[in-house]
Amino acid sequence: MTKTKVKTGKYTNFWERNRKSGGYLLRKTMMEYGISICRTILLFGLCFLILQPLLTKISVSFMTEGDLYDPIVISIPLHFTTENYRLAAGLMEYTKSLFNSFVVSLTIAVVQVAMCTLVGYGFARFQFPLKRFWFACVMVMILIPPQVISTSLFLHFRYFDVLGLGQLLTGSSLNLRGSKLPYYMMSFGCMGLKNGLYIYMIRQFFRNIPKEMEEAAYVDGCGTLKTFIRIMLPDAKPILTSCFLFAFVWQWTDGFYSSMFLGKVSLLSVKLKQLPDTFGGYMARITGSSSSAGVSVPYTNCMLATGTLMVIVPLVILYLYAQKGFVESLSSTGIKM
Amino acid sequence: MKRQKTKLAGLQKRKAISGYLFISPFIIGFLMFMVNPLFQSLQMSFSDVQLGDGGFQNVWKGLSNYYYAFRVEPKYVRELTEELSRMAINSVAIMVFSFFVALVLNQKFRGRALVRSVFFLPVILASGVMLKLDSSNALMAALAQTVKVNAQGTAGITDALRNILRTTGVGVRAFEELFKVIDNIYNVAISSGIQIIIFLSGLQTISVSMYEAADIEGCTKWESLWKITFPMVSSLFLVNWIYTVVDFCMRSDNKVIDRITTYMNVNLNYGLASAMAWAYFVLVMAIIGVSTAIISKGVYYYD
Repeated sequence: MTKTKVKTGKYTNFWERNRKSGGYLLRKTMMEYGISICRTILLFGLCFLILQPLLTKISVSFMTEGDLYDPIVISIPLHFTTENYRLAAGLMEYTKSLFNSFVVSLTIAVVQVAMCTLVGYGFARFQFPLKRFWFACVMVMILIPPQVISTSLFLHFRYFDVLGLGQLLTGSSLNLRGSKLPYYMMSFGCMGLKNGLYIYMIRQFFRNIPKEMEEAAYVDGCGTLKTFIRIMLPDAKPILTSCFLFAFVWQWTDGFYSSMFLGKVSLLSVKLKQLPDTFGGYMARITGSSSSAGVSVPYTNCMLATGTLMVIVPLVILYLYAQKGFVESLSSTGIKM
Repeated sequence: MKRQKTKLAGLQKRKAISGYLFISPFIIGFLMFMVNPLFQSLQMSFSDVQLGDGGFQNVWKGLSNYYYAFRVEPKYVRELTEELSRMAINSVAIMVFSFFVALVLNQKFRGRALVRSVFFLPVILASGVMLKLDSSNALMAALAQTVKVNAQGTAGITDALRNILRTTGVGVRAFEELFKVIDNIYNVAISSGIQIIIFLSGLQTISVSMYEAADIEGCTKWESLWKITFPMVSSLFLVNWIYTVVDFCMRSDNKVIDRITTYMNVNLNYGLASAMAWAYFVLVMAIIGVSTAIISKGVYYYD
């Protein structure tokens, strides 16, 4: 009896309660609703801002060439076609590049994350002389843009020689340009794309794991390596997943290292970069003109949009699959300085 | 007693050795692929690089590469100043934007997971080559313009505001920069993914009890933003600032980097390319150094 009375009192007498609180309740409720409406509008706008180019690309990729010039057609294609996709796939050698990109990104990401985990763990959990110095080196590595050393790395691998041994034995140095080897070597040395960031993130994560766990393992007779593999690694799964995703995705879309070291391997990012030229050449061939100057800019851009979509589709699938763990783990890691 | 001491030293030594073993990949990589090329490229920037069959030779040229870059090459200086000022303005905008968005995304509301995943999407989609291709895609820009003109909503408001402020002539120069940033909000939004993540992680480490205590003492939300939230995440401002500036230098739509790559790959002028890269690097480092020193004055460490 009393229970229902309280309940009805709670729901019917909003104005009563408002009057009792001296208008505070009404003000507070209005404020809450106001904030929530403002937030919704703001977030919707920003989300639209971020997604708009993607949506435009999708709609453009289904248009025929005629639709592009048609002033009436803005976002919904008049003549729906999938011809663009077929053409872009042909020009980018899609299946081959996809396979190559996948293999390269996967192996590079695995190597980089494995190496960075080792190094990050070393920095987080051991005391050794010159530790601060080496960690400062990691910071320096984050700060140095790869472009600064790109010229000399380029030549370094063009005339590759370990301590002059090759010169001694065969009389000439090795040209490693265009092979995958240099990049794998760099990855093994934690010098790949943004590896300093991964080391930093992993170190921060390991520092937050309580020391007692490790000590218990030592007391029970676990060695250093075994402790690392059996005790620490399973705990670090979220941060490792995030780092792996970063490494995979950034490698997938990277144009700098790819064009510098992996120029001969047909990767999606490199193919996408070349797509306007390839397309120009293709159009010149089928129209029979000698140069690619006659190709219309909108059609080239439409092709580029289609190509971009095809490159990012695997990434979007991966992201949708992993985003929950990814976002939550990253934002709850507590990256502290 | 003595025996115990030596044993402890032994354990510490063992620990130190395994520590070094763990970080040895980094040390080797750092020496081979960072220190060595760094010095080499510094050397190259002062010399004329001649390619031969079995290797390359550096012929000492003194400062002439730098002289060429700054006094002869017609576009380098202009691009350098443009990029640096763009970097300064955009980095500030990215910091403000990402802090604001992180504050909003840290609140509880329906559909938060969805909004968060949309905001982090650019981390994936606007990286590497994509950024450059997007920025040079004229068709997309034209279509976006059409949408903007057709929808006389937000675009109209900013234009109207701009007109009002222009005619009244309040602090014209500063407002021009501000409008540039607002027009550029898409670029700001897509390059602040990581920064939002870092701020969010910082915001989540602040304990709720602090806000509750402040609330009971009669602190408004606005005051607790400045007195609690701001100091607690101030160290992350430093991290984010450095990350933003560095990230900006490596973006693929950076014109200076473009020029350097052109000189390296097309003209095969390695000496000049190194000189340009070094000049850029030193300038960026100076900016980072000065701004870090200023920011770290205001950083508050809780523990």
